[in-house]
Amino acid sequence: MRELWPWLAIGGLGAFHGLNPAMGWLFAVALGLHRGSGRVVAFALLPIALGHLAAVAGTLAVFLGLGLVLDGPWLRRVGGLLLVGWAFWHWRFGRRHRVRFGMTVGSLGLFAWSSLMASAHGAGLMLIPAFLPICFTPAGEFASSFGTSVGLALAAVLLHTGAMLATTALLAFVVYRLVGVAVLRQAWINLDIPWTAALVVSGSLLLLWP
Amino acid sequence: MAQSWRPDPSFYPAPRLATKAPPETLAYVVAFDPNRKLPDHLAVVDVDPNSATYGQIVHRTAMTAVGDELHHFGWNACSSALCPNAPHPHVERRYLVVPGLRSSRIHILDIKPDPAKPEVVKVIEPEEIAERAGYSRPHTVHCGPEGIYVSALGNGNGKGPGGVFLMDCESFEVLGRWELDRGPQYFAYDFWWHLGHDVMVTSEWGTPDMFEDGLIPELILGAKYGRRLHFWDLHKRRHLQEIDFGDKYQLVFELRPAHDPTKAYGFVNCVLSLEDLSSSIWVWYRDGDRFAVRKVITIPAEPADPDRLPPVLKGFKAVPPLVTDIDLSVDDRFLYVSCWGTGDLLQYDVSDPFAPKLTGKVRIGGIVSRAPHPSRPDRPLNGGPQMVEVSRDGRRIYFTNSLYGAVDPQFYPDGIDGWMVKVEADPRGGLRFDERFFVEWPAPHRPHQVRLQGGDASSDSYCYP
Repeated sequence: MRELWPWLAIGGLGAFHGLNPAMGWLFAVALGLHRGSGRVVAFALLPIALGHLAAVAGTLAVFLGLGLVLDGPWLRRVGGLLLVGWAFWHWRFGRRHRVRFGMTVGSLGLFAWSSLMASAHGAGLMLIPAFLPICFTPAGEFASSFGTSVGLALAAVLLHTGAMLATTALLAFVVYRLVGVAVLRQAWINLDIPWTAALVVSGSLLLLWP
Repeated sequence: MAQSWRPDPSFYPAPRLATKAPPETLAYVVAFDPNRKLPDHLAVVDVDPNSATYGQIVHRTAMTAVGDELHHFGWNACSSALCPNAPHPHVERRYLVVPGLRSSRIHILDIKPDPAKPEVVKVIEPEEIAERAGYSRPHTVHCGPEGIYVSALGNGNGKGPGGVFLMDCESFEVLGRWELDRGPQYFAYDFWWHLGHDVMVTSEWGTPDMFEDGLIPELILGAKYGRRLHFWDLHKRRHLQEIDFGDKYQLVFELRPAHDPTKAYGFVNCVLSLEDLSSSIWVWYRDGDRFAVRKVITIPAEPADPDRLPPVLKGFKAVPPLVTDIDLSVDDRFLYVSCWGTGDLLQYDVSDPFAPKLTGKVRIGGIVSRAPHPSRPDRPLNGGPQMVEVSRDGRRIYFTNSLYGAVDPQFYPDGIDGWMVKVEADPRGGLRFDERFFVEWPAPHRPHQVRLQGGDASSDSYCYP
């Protein structure tokens, strides 16, 4: 058995992503309120989770591909620089994206929205420090084989999305059924600050890797 | 990049929550010099009844040049920042975006250091707007999902078409034209949206050459001014539908969609019927896949002695109501209607938008009536109820008396002495003047739009019911 911490990190980051209203629970709540139905909230969760999964899987696939050509130190450098760069972009320009989907969105639109939001926030990149030791040896070799690494990556994506979905569902349920959107005025803490910090910390971990 | 940990306390997810907001203590009012010799200003009016300076102008922030003609204005950010599809809840409601309708300059005023003394912190020159967006004559300002939206009555050369452009809500960079496909739309005026339905609505006045020297009677009689509504896909930015009110109606102006985002109806005023000089209020509403309109209120002209009428009206022997502004309370229950010609401010219960009931009325000024304020019953007043603003809780109504520099003398040839008044609204219906609140505006400036600190009935839009 390999180390446990990367898996815990991947799952923990799933919960962290799910917590962020910009990742979807709030959209699910709003759609439920608009259409007056808890079922709408529940049905919105699936495309939101799948969109998140697609964005994260896309990023991890790119790094699996990079693993074919780069060695371990370079993989970490590329990942680290991307993360720090993304953090800067997110801090400086993160709010400046074109709004493509509104309250009349359908499932496909919700999937695309979630995928775009996760990508724009660098959700997949944030997993790289935990993802690399799962799929690669420190020297940058695939863990036993490419196929095994793909399998491990898939497991990581599923674990991450599962944790994200569980958190998203819990928050959507609590806000829709129990506390109502008035809570946003007090409880919507600025996750952009810890989020940007998380990107910087992830990037620094990779750059300073021994 | 000011960032706070919690959303701006003046942001409310839902209109029903915003109605519980604390009463405003300051009002911001723009005023212009009709002679274009002194800079226009943004005045701060004390509206806190417990204050020693209640009902007084406590500060005036002058613009940087002359001849702007400040008219409408808005906030950099508001409750729509909480929308789930494009959240940016930690931007502050901190800046007033104040366009000069005539100069096409846009002033950014910071109210954070001292809300009672706003400072001009940035001026966007007309060249930047023309270059980056292809527009001029900025009019309505709304904070929305993609930042600041501004309608513009002219293109970059001062002709048509007018439209809408976007600005960043923190850097105030002009981001560009909003429309990707304007379809048949040519005239611009007001705009707003149904956030719950991804629909924008725009209305029409005319191009700058049609109003900058006053209204042109031949164009009115030929029904050549704006008379249409346009419906747009808010996110695809495409024209969806046009509704023409027909050649009997002129000047389709202020758009007041329901604040409840699940509702897809709203009110718009038509200033003039060419048949009988009446004004009318129309409801637009969703009818299947399309929008439709229905006239729900007609306000008739009042017969008058021609000797007491301005030249433009003498032949008609009547004073038209000239409904030039309306405002809908945040709970969507009461509609306020300014009759700039007759001097009435009307309150309608619009709980059923298709069957409005007149519930309140005050009269002040007016072309013929010249009705006084109760605090000075001996003094006839000119001008009439015009820009009207409603507090978030719906209890207090503020309005001013000037319409537009070039149009004022067409209907009030002896001039307009600016004033601002406050009316108290009974939650069960009914209006009465606050006798302690009558702001006589220092000449030569004339006041126009009023904005209330923290938001008001025409500043914020909401994503949650």
